[in-house]
Amino acid sequence: MAKVIVTAQRLRSGRSHRLVAMRATLVLTFGVLTHVPAIPQPAMMTPPSTLRETGLYANFGTLDVDPAHLAFAPQYPLWSDGAAKRRWISLPPGTAIDGSNPEAWIFPVGTRFWKEFSFNGQRVETRYLERKPDGQWLYAAYAWSADGRETQLVSARGKRGAYPLAGGRSHTIPGVADCKACHQGGPSEVLGFGTLQLSPERDPGAPHAELQPEPHVDLRYLVDRGLLVGLPKALLEAPPRTVAATATERAALGYMHGNCGHCHNERGSLQNIGLFLRHSVTNAGEPAIASTIGQPVKKQAPGQSPDAVLRVEPGHPDRSGVMQRISSRSPALQMPPLGTELIDDEAVRLLNRWIAERGASIQQASANEGR
Amino acid sequence: MHRALPLMVTIALLVPSAVPAQDSAGAQVKRGEYLVSIAGCHDCHTPWTSGSAGPEPDMKRALSGHPQDLTISAPATLSQPWSGAMNPTSTAWSGSWGVSFSANLTSDPETGVLRDFTEQQFIQTIRTGRHQGQGRPILPPMPWPAYANMTDDDLKAVFAYLRQVPPVKNMVPDPLPPKQ
Repeated sequence: MAKVIVTAQRLRSGRSHRLVAMRATLVLTFGVLTHVPAIPQPAMMTPPSTLRETGLYANFGTLDVDPAHLAFAPQYPLWSDGAAKRRWISLPPGTAIDGSNPEAWIFPVGTRFWKEFSFNGQRVETRYLERKPDGQWLYAAYAWSADGRETQLVSARGKRGAYPLAGGRSHTIPGVADCKACHQGGPSEVLGFGTLQLSPERDPGAPHAELQPEPHVDLRYLVDRGLLVGLPKALLEAPPRTVAATATERAALGYMHGNCGHCHNERGSLQNIGLFLRHSVTNAGEPAIASTIGQPVKKQAPGQSPDAVLRVEPGHPDRSGVMQRISSRSPALQMPPLGTELIDDEAVRLLNRWIAERGASIQQASANEGR
Repeated sequence: MHRALPLMVTIALLVPSAVPAQDSAGAQVKRGEYLVSIAGCHDCHTPWTSGSAGPEPDMKRALSGHPQDLTISAPATLSQPWSGAMNPTSTAWSGSWGVSFSANLTSDPETGVLRDFTEQQFIQTIRTGRHQGQGRPILPPMPWPAYANMTDDDLKAVFAYLRQVPPVKNMVPDPLPPKQ
């Protein structure tokens, strides 16, 4: 600053203009350079090079999972082209999840998650999440060898052709950017381990429902053992469930929560689209109903039929935008846009039924009014 | 004078802060323009034409993407060892992914691809290579993996610049799937 003042005085005095201008330039250049923000460097988070090193197994030779880890299954599983999945969570000893915000649990540093994907009884990949001391989550995926004896850390760019699927397609192990596209799309980076997904009142109509593995981890289990603290008591007294008029609607809303809500929610970066498919345990109504039924398609996706002007047109699943998206696996049209190569036929049937029943109930209500 | 004093003080406080804010916004747009010029955005997003010194971007249609009246209905037919092709306007690219058409990046409210993007979504798009950060994949040859290394400030500058690029009404066609 002092140099700038001196420079200004010399300029005013009219002495040595060229020299002063040169010095001023140097001073200003120095000032600008010292104020250029440093390029942010991503936190150095190098995943273990093998799955064995993540600590999942007590004995890798026999593939016995460490009994200290808790196996669990969400009530509305994510569709992954029919892969059979096993999941575990590990909390550091003496720690607990903070559930005081039931929409976004806070996991202690050191929390680890594993999700194993198998097709036709063959392990193909195991995904891994770990909360690091700086609060960031580490993402990794491990590909299994064909003989199921070895694992290898998958490149951050992912791996195509990991397992052959129907129709000439194949399973892709997603890259880290794709993992984050979903996991960072809402209020919590952890998906599938939250208030609705672990409700003790599980939906018998949930598509692809899985049997709960021992020891039957749900909200009550976690709270009773001090592994989940701060959860509002009301959620234990009245276990959370979607607000639905029928069993079909309950399952449809749950499916969308588990398969679409991680991106389409009121808190994430896509909120300006106004499509909210994530169930909120603190809302009185269902955003998924309010934001789909009779609501216009905001922007036609490439390949979408022009007659689908509404997201959900009751009684007309064929002209409902939601159905056209989930019934496609054309990359520009399909929903979800990643993590799946095959249409989820069971979900298509469920949502078709839901939209058809919605139309029938409106017709019935109109008929009753006319009497 | 006594009554005017608070008003004068208020003005004195507000004016100096407003001017730097405008300067800052202007500087951000200028930086965005600079980054767009060096990052090769015009190479694909501005239609090329034949100039006196050979092919050059037609800046009258700057950043408006593949011209809507230039119909392409099938991927290029290629022979070994070639794996890709581009059209004369450098806005349509054919390869193993099918045919991609460069997007209209102008501020046109009806046809500009960024019309529904927030700044955060734009940054995420470049970081993840997915539409609005989480949607359909952005097709080659868009070099988003390289641009993903840009700082947030640089990407914000690019977005600020693109949001004020003169609108060009041009509905870019949907991509074509690869040959079966």
